[in-house]
Amino acid sequence: MCLAVPGKVISIEGKEAVVDFLGTRRTVRVDLVEARVGDHVIVHVGYAIDVLDEESAAETLALFRRYLEE
Amino acid sequence: MSLSPHPDRALAGKIAARIASRARELGRPRVRLMHVCGTHEDTIQKHGVRSLLPEGVEIIPGPGCPVCVTTAREIDEALALADRGVVVTTFGDLMKVPGGGGRSLARAKADGRDVRVVYSIYDAVKIARASGAETVHVAVGFETTAPSTASVLADDGLPAGFSVLACHRLVPPALAALMADPEVRIDGFIEPGHVSAIIGLRPYEELSRAFRVPQVVAGFEPQDVLMGVLMLLTMLRDGESGVRNEYVRVVSPEGNGRALAAMAAAFAPCDVAWRGFPVIPGSGLRLLPRVARRDARERFGLRLPDDAGSVPAGCLCPEVLKGKAYPDECPLFGADCTPEHPVGACMVSSEGSCGIWHRYGAF
Repeated sequence: MCLAVPGKVISIEGKEAVVDFLGTRRTVRVDLVEARVGDHVIVHVGYAIDVLDEESAAETLALFRRYLEE
Repeated sequence: MSLSPHPDRALAGKIAARIASRARELGRPRVRLMHVCGTHEDTIQKHGVRSLLPEGVEIIPGPGCPVCVTTAREIDEALALADRGVVVTTFGDLMKVPGGGGRSLARAKADGRDVRVVYSIYDAVKIARASGAETVHVAVGFETTAPSTASVLADDGLPAGFSVLACHRLVPPALAALMADPEVRIDGFIEPGHVSAIIGLRPYEELSRAFRVPQVVAGFEPQDVLMGVLMLLTMLRDGESGVRNEYVRVVSPEGNGRALAAMAAAFAPCDVAWRGFPVIPGSGLRLLPRVARRDARERFGLRLPDDAGSVPAGCLCPEVLKGKAYPDECPLFGADCTPEHPVGACMVSSEGSCGIWHRYGAF
């Protein structure tokens, strides 16, 4: 039940934001994260629980390389 | 090498080849790795991840479903509230979980009680506001979900009739209980990615110090789980017992500070039983006195005795939840116990190990 789905923040008003999940838009709470319009967030039970940062994609790649090329 | 956020067969094959060579280097006849997340088990079954592992390397599902470990007493508390005419809201998975007498919230709803499935606790608040009725949200879930409950409890202008039946569970105390059980042998943990997004890595580091067990936080694509296995085998080979993070695109070492602060402002840890387990110290969350009027147990004077963890005859849920048996080792699996007619909690929930094995045809 810890499923969480990534989406893009379209607009923010107070504790709520409209988030686009591949074309489906829902209002979710964003008071547990520091999200800005345009950020990608991970949403669980109607709450954004994390903001994805773009640098981490490169970090993941480096981690996979390290273990695969050893 | 490309890296896609979607299932990647070529990459999975490369990682599987590395796992095979690492397992040979390690040279142990059996390596038992446990995950504690229904979403991990779903990925593993859906993509056939176990078929990519060499002989002797096992991924065992543990107590990774907060719905499955909810006790009969907690269901009975929710039923008692529904019987009193209170509007009861909860997540869909909890509806079919049986209480002490075998009755579920779905049964209560069929009998005319006002039980409603919600997507979010925030929807429960909206129901309470619109109806003006006494409304209790049955709040289940691990650390991933508990911050949403905490966040609502901190809201200004919460409807007067809204309260919470707190049934949350914390993952690290359960891991410690498993490690302390002499009948459970685990060589490493694949830690749940979204619980870890909240709690960070520090709680696992304490566990590694206490029990010298390697742990890897992993994401939810098949290549993430396989990479978690490869990292654990590498750590075992190198004699490491610390904590590594595979899910760097989501999990930071310190976790989500805002969510942790919200939890600390609303809850204190408490001792609580898990279905199939005895009481695990510090593994539950009770509402702090400052939000006591939102505590449904206080508000309605619920005083149900703790159940002794009674389990239907033949049901192996306790063993499945502790990683002592795979779902298909239960004599009831697929015959007397199916998703349509579940006997045990692990078959009830879509995130329960038995339910997942049945869904993907692992007979």
